[in-house]
Amino acid sequence: MSAALELDCRGMLCPRPIIELARNIGQVEVGEVISVAADDVAARTDVPAWCRMREQEYVGAEDAEDGVPVFLVRRLR
Amino acid sequence: MTTYFDTASSEPLHPAARAVLEQAVASGYADPRRLHGPARNARIILDNAREATAEALGVRADEVTFTPSGTHAVHLGVLGLLGGAARSGNRLVATAVEHASVMHAGRWHAEHGGVFETAPVDASGRVLLDEVPEATVLAVQTANHEVGTLQPVAELAERAPVFTDACASGGRIALPEGWSAAALSAHKWGGPAGVGLLLVRKGARWRNPFPGDDRVEERATGMENVPAALAAAAALQAVVAERDEVNARHARLIDQLRAGVAAIPDTEVVGDPVARLPHLVTFSFLYVDGEAIVTELDRRGFSVASGSACAASTLEPSHVLTAMGALTHGNVRVSLSRETSEADVTRLLTELPDVVARIRHEAGL
Repeated sequence: MSAALELDCRGMLCPRPIIELARNIGQVEVGEVISVAADDVAARTDVPAWCRMREQEYVGAEDAEDGVPVFLVRRLR
Repeated sequence: MTTYFDTASSEPLHPAARAVLEQAVASGYADPRRLHGPARNARIILDNAREATAEALGVRADEVTFTPSGTHAVHLGVLGLLGGAARSGNRLVATAVEHASVMHAGRWHAEHGGVFETAPVDASGRVLLDEVPEATVLAVQTANHEVGTLQPVAELAERAPVFTDACASGGRIALPEGWSAAALSAHKWGGPAGVGLLLVRKGARWRNPFPGDDRVEERATGMENVPAALAAAAALQAVVAERDEVNARHARLIDQLRAGVAAIPDTEVVGDPVARLPHLVTFSFLYVDGEAIVTELDRRGFSVASGSACAASTLEPSHVLTAMGALTHGNVRVSLSRETSEADVTRLLTELPDVVARIRHEAGL
């Protein structure tokens, strides 16, 4: 899936990837997708939890070429 | 002056245990299995401890074994039931939110040729009854140690022999119905550390999974800590006697905490709001570093625990919060003691919004 904005949060520890997601969600239009590449293990739980708490859509995760998970979030509001 | 909010990790020694411990240390040093006078004294102390413990828990004295820790009681309980059931299968199923000691027992079982699976939980941390796989033995905690949610132990006990980890709930609430083996830990109800309890139901099939020694009792691991066992029993009796009053008070304070914390923006309060342990609550703040909040609360005189990755010895987020799909960072667990006052809770609720706001501000939000 193509993201309107890609965030590279490799090497960042929690809660940094979620802070970056929150800071940058406003950069994409409502309906567009923002992606977060994060190797911190907590991101796998915290990205969906953030989406639930902030009423955004968690689309899913893909693996980047280096195997790092990339989490996809659609801006709903 | 620190307000201690981490009794779910370890409770201060109950006053009822202190005097007993001093006396028992002086007279309970001998090996209770020898035949001389000092040994008879130690035997009397150990038997008294077992009787008092059994009475407080509503079990038979011959179902009680003192172990060197709750963790060891867990290992003996889980693996001993598997050993007892070896002829009918080797499938251990544990809820996904069991204590780490249960998970380690499961992995150990798998490394020794058994099967280990976990059963998923809902967002409150309660096991999903329809999604529990077939099992030879089920490991189901009485109540969760991080979020407090109670589990349907009796319902699952109709399917397979159940080991219940009652370390988080021991003394505070009654044991559930249906278990075949159970584990408890004395330092979590105000007894001394170094005393665990393994309970094996009369008639349950249990076989020692570890090398034993020549001692008479098959389930005991070496010589019991006789004086500490008596002190643990004294604390347990005291805690059980006062728990109706203490639990009612704690439930009110936790309700107050849940409501007060929920008013802070971007906060998630987790665990079942009703079917839960009376004395603990867990909540998580978005954009907050778990280590930072524990350290800042400590600086302001509050001792709390955290299941966040950055505050954990393993650098991994809590598998309990993960299994529930709850936010894992910025996590704080508050657990009350019998001495916690409303003023303590009010002071925490007064300081928390500022602590959270500061940490978020420092993170650039």
